[in-house]
Amino acid sequence: MADSMQHHKALPLAGNSAVPFFTPGVIVIAILAAAGVATLVVRLFLGLGAVTNFNDQYPWGIWIGIDVASGVALAAGGFTMAFIAHVMNNEKYHVLVRPALLTAAIGYTFVGLGVCVDLGRYYNIWHVMMPSMWQGNSALFEVGMCVMIYLTVLYIEFLPIVCERFIGRVNLPGVLGKMNGFLDGLLRVLDKTLARVMTFFIIAGVVLSCAHQSSLGTLMAIAPSKLSPLWHTPVLPLLFLLSAFAVGLAMAIFESVLASRSFKRPIEMHVLSPLARMIPLLLVVYFAAKVIDLVNRDAWPLLFEANFRALMFWIEIGVGVIIPTFLFLSHRLRRNPVWLFSSAAMVVFGVVLNRFNVFVTGYTPPYSEGQYFPAWTEVMLTVGMISLIVLLYRIWVFIFPVLPAEEEVEHA
Amino acid sequence: MVSRRDFFKITGTVAGTAALTAVGAEASAPHPKLDPDRFGVLTDTTLCIGCRRCEWACAEQNDLPHGDLESFGDTSVFDLMRRPDAESYTVVNRYSPPAGTDQPLDVKVQCLHCEHPACVSACIVGALVKSPQGPVIYDAWKCIGCRYCMIACPFQIPAYEYADPLTPRIMKCTMCSERTLAEGRPPACVEMCPPEALVFGRRSELLELAHRRIMENPDRYHPEVIGEHIAGGTSWLMITDRPAAEIDIPELSNESPAVITETIQHGIFKGFTGPLMLFGILGILMKSSSDKRKEKEDENG
Repeated sequence: MADSMQHHKALPLAGNSAVPFFTPGVIVIAILAAAGVATLVVRLFLGLGAVTNFNDQYPWGIWIGIDVASGVALAAGGFTMAFIAHVMNNEKYHVLVRPALLTAAIGYTFVGLGVCVDLGRYYNIWHVMMPSMWQGNSALFEVGMCVMIYLTVLYIEFLPIVCERFIGRVNLPGVLGKMNGFLDGLLRVLDKTLARVMTFFIIAGVVLSCAHQSSLGTLMAIAPSKLSPLWHTPVLPLLFLLSAFAVGLAMAIFESVLASRSFKRPIEMHVLSPLARMIPLLLVVYFAAKVIDLVNRDAWPLLFEANFRALMFWIEIGVGVIIPTFLFLSHRLRRNPVWLFSSAAMVVFGVVLNRFNVFVTGYTPPYSEGQYFPAWTEVMLTVGMISLIVLLYRIWVFIFPVLPAEEEVEHA
Repeated sequence: MVSRRDFFKITGTVAGTAALTAVGAEASAPHPKLDPDRFGVLTDTTLCIGCRRCEWACAEQNDLPHGDLESFGDTSVFDLMRRPDAESYTVVNRYSPPAGTDQPLDVKVQCLHCEHPACVSACIVGALVKSPQGPVIYDAWKCIGCRYCMIACPFQIPAYEYADPLTPRIMKCTMCSERTLAEGRPPACVEMCPPEALVFGRRSELLELAHRRIMENPDRYHPEVIGEHIAGGTSWLMITDRPAAEIDIPELSNESPAVITETIQHGIFKGFTGPLMLFGILGILMKSSSDKRKEKEDENG
């Protein structure tokens, strides 16, 4: 159904765009990705101790704070766009659904990968799925289960795009060619079946997302004496969910503008500007929840202490929430591509910094021998993972019909 | 487009996904009923002489790397405040003597085996378990190495073998469960302790003993049994001559941190009600918005 509802036409870039796959920028990203993979190999053979600054005081670092926690938040575009376009049947936004879906699918794949890199006994990850080892008191169990199921849902939601790409075009070489007709028929059956059940998966995707976006916040609620009161609150799950709503839309704008620039297409201002109009409301709700919580817990005086953590909090709220709220409220700025992009980038930055603060800067173990600072190899792996995501996105939009056909963008 | 029939078929399967969504909450094991006769250990720091023989006995019992007994007589380690780590489940730290005496205060540090342990509540696969008999036990086979227990522990006890690339373990005191649980024998450190600063027994009886000692020697002790209430109570208890904060026990609430997350988790996912309701609401929203759009299209078309 995601597809039958798709009134616009999407095309793969390969064969439909003059943009080459490799550009100098893409080559740089490929090199960074290779460096990240090299770090991963070292981690696999020499262990976490060799490539990270994790220790008994700071068991988690940027791999959890950025690769996993921020990764989940930034992939929120998948479920927020599915909600707006499909659940609310807002046809205008359908052009943004496939790119957001692709980002979410790749993003979550890398969240899973990021978790495995961080796990000491990654080969035991299947234990989480074994009913005999289920541990329902654990917020991490809830996150793990939900993310695994949601990742499957995302792949299912992406399948119609694969069907669309290959139906009528199955053309295997040589002997395998005899299978062409059969495979084509199989794809058609799959496509029809998917169209019938897609509603279920779209709604399930939104439910699963709400569940694990919030549970990700529950994770750190277990450390009231270790997480700074600037961030520790029993309503952390609510704050995580509210910020995920806002950053989902901001990410849809952020990546759409980036993709348009990279693929030399006109920026889709006719959908991005109205989408941006919804963000201030979401930001204000998030901001209000944060303020009420700080006042409620009498934690607000900490904001006026002159220290690093208070500064980080102010940047998170100032740059990530307050300033973009005002920027997005301006009708004129919403229609300006540069301002639109900058405002969206601020929201993205704010949410990444929030997750970073909750998992890294705000963490104060009782017997600390000095603040954790990431090793350069930790940074290299994180940068490498992000580069791989960008590369995969590029490969996918070249092969599969994700981005709207260019004439549609121009006509709109 | 979804037909009405499809829609009902779909909402009919709601229960299925909602079940998947919240599968965790239902699988939740209830907080283990603790045995009223469960074991515990009482550390009386005022009796400790800082001989560090408990450290040796612990290393010997648990196959941890260590030198011979004599090497533990080295008191230069007291220059620093040490913490248990991946190679030692327990360490003794030395604090300045109380006013008017020259006898330093030595404090043994190890896992306190919480009554409602945050590490157990946090563990994603149940690799950490609170035995109804007292000890908090770790099963390396189940462990996936996520280190969430280390985040959760308010006493910063679990250590980790970061240098091991393939089979790193969480390392912490086991209260010698293979001795205490199977044979009712005291843990190695307790058996070794020359001045009997450590007592093994039923937690309820140890609590009584601790309070009796404090009552009979009010000048000797600070009137608090550490572990009676802190973080929801611990199986390992301590009495000492000064406030807990002065021997670096963190200031914690008397409620286990696990209560916060367990309340949230079960509040949201109890009986799948939350996710199920959300699924229903979204289904209704989707249906009504698609009807509205269809009407509009009919009018226009």
